[in-house]
Amino acid sequence: MAAQPGSNGYLVGSNLERVLRAGHFAVTAELGPPQSADGDVIRKKAALLKGCCDAVNITDNQTAIVRMSSIGAGAIVVQEGLEPVIQMTCRDRNRLAIQSDLLGAYALGMRNLLCLSGDHQSFGNHPSAKNVFDLDSIQLVQMVTAMRDAKVFQCGEPFKGQEPRFFVGAAAAPFADPVEFRPYRLAKKIKAGANFIQTQLIYDIPAFKNFMEKVRQMGLHEQVYILAGVGPLKSPAMARYMKESVPGLWVPDEFIARMEAAGAPWADIPKDQLSKEDKKARADAWKQEGIRICIELIQQIREIEGVAGVHIMAIEWEEAVRPIVEGAGLLPRPSVSAPTAQEASYD
Amino acid sequence: MIVAEQKSLDEMKTLIGDAQKVLVVGCGTCVTVCFAGGAREAAIVAASLRMATQLDGKIKTVSDVTVQRQCEWEYLDEIAEQVRAADVVLSLGCGIGVQAIAEHFPQTWVVPGLNTSFLGLPTEQGVWAERCAACGDCLLGRTGGICPIARCSKSLLNGPCGGSEAGHCEVNPDIPCAWQLIYDRLSSLGKLDLLLEIQPPKNWKAARDGGPRKIVREDLRLAAEEE
Repeated sequence: MAAQPGSNGYLVGSNLERVLRAGHFAVTAELGPPQSADGDVIRKKAALLKGCCDAVNITDNQTAIVRMSSIGAGAIVVQEGLEPVIQMTCRDRNRLAIQSDLLGAYALGMRNLLCLSGDHQSFGNHPSAKNVFDLDSIQLVQMVTAMRDAKVFQCGEPFKGQEPRFFVGAAAAPFADPVEFRPYRLAKKIKAGANFIQTQLIYDIPAFKNFMEKVRQMGLHEQVYILAGVGPLKSPAMARYMKESVPGLWVPDEFIARMEAAGAPWADIPKDQLSKEDKKARADAWKQEGIRICIELIQQIREIEGVAGVHIMAIEWEEAVRPIVEGAGLLPRPSVSAPTAQEASYD
Repeated sequence: MIVAEQKSLDEMKTLIGDAQKVLVVGCGTCVTVCFAGGAREAAIVAASLRMATQLDGKIKTVSDVTVQRQCEWEYLDEIAEQVRAADVVLSLGCGIGVQAIAEHFPQTWVVPGLNTSFLGLPTEQGVWAERCAACGDCLLGRTGGICPIARCSKSLLNGPCGGSEAGHCEVNPDIPCAWQLIYDRLSSLGKLDLLLEIQPPKNWKAARDGGPRKIVREDLRLAAEEE
């Protein structure tokens, strides 16, 4: 069933949906929950991100490492006055668990959802775990949009009462193999009902332009809001690791060279003679260059037709988000007034 | 075929425990073909156990016998006497063989000598690979004859995920990406349009998730009664 906006023109009326619908270049960021039950970690990270993004993704046991649940952390983020995008993977929950968790998430005030298959558990800290994968990410998108639009559970039974209404996102990996199939898989996610897309990290702008050209030829950018994934490099080693070891991540040598150049003043000092202060100064120089590169990437991405925003993944480095957004000229974030309760009728 | 591999000799010894008379039972079907539990392997395991128990100073009587199929009562009947005379049976059959012996000989202690690995085939000399997950609802007609349930690490029905790189799965470079294989095959056969359809959530009832499975063929049951 096709997504029908409510009487107010919105599917959900979340801040992210309002900003995108108003035609603003959207900014989302990422907040990684802690490997502990400490809610203050979330509050501190939320404070760093508040005001510099339109919504913040809360990862779901990212890289298959057990962390505070996305919905639990999301509830704190809501309390902190920031809008979460709940990430939900297919790795840890079957269709019953996903649906019941989403009923709870909606009741707790969450309105955006990113549907993912999830990193395989072999990469995480419980590699001997059994995985679930009852649904895949595309089937998950179908399920949650049907919960919202047809007001039915996955089994087809209608809701008894309030349906959970999420602005539904999905991921795209433009450079994962087979590369030529990626725009078509994106089309499948749109067909399944995705409202917005957040891509894997983009460093190779010419390659991303090629991808977007195909996306435009297929008219996909008119059916979904595409947010390009960006992230600041932290060190030359991180850049090399991403290039060499992460599937679907293309990091041009130019950026690796720039990161190395940023650390050049310390390059001739033997490793064992680097003082603590040296190491800190070098790390700071790398980080500054990483942020600079990220800002340039955003500026270039902004020029590409069909890109509706950026998704900033500063992993365990939430402090970087504000300088990036500010440096890219994307502050202050727009305020698009929320639909009133009366307007928000979806029947 | 069912593909299995032998447990370590140490684990077999532990499983046998204090039993004095050990009967190693091989199986002449799948595990013979995958060189894990046929007549030859049964003889070698028996000899190894004899040697090991001699070295340990706890001499045991170890003999071996191999049946055509451990998973059929009639073949197990042939070795009933040897089984009953043994303190323990070390089955070199798959998990089905072990259970068939246990079920057929209620008084006999039976332990497994193999780990039953998967349903697969030999891809080259000395290499076996998984091909079927016995999900009970075959979808190979939609995926060009390549099974994503058995061969995709995430069993995706609408793959590939972002972890497909240069033809292999990010979980392990030794795993070919099933969805790359599906893509290539459908591409070469001019059937890529099949990949544009969204595959709906799978009905896992027919798989193990629906509980232990059983097939009843009334036609065959009637035929048997008539005989």
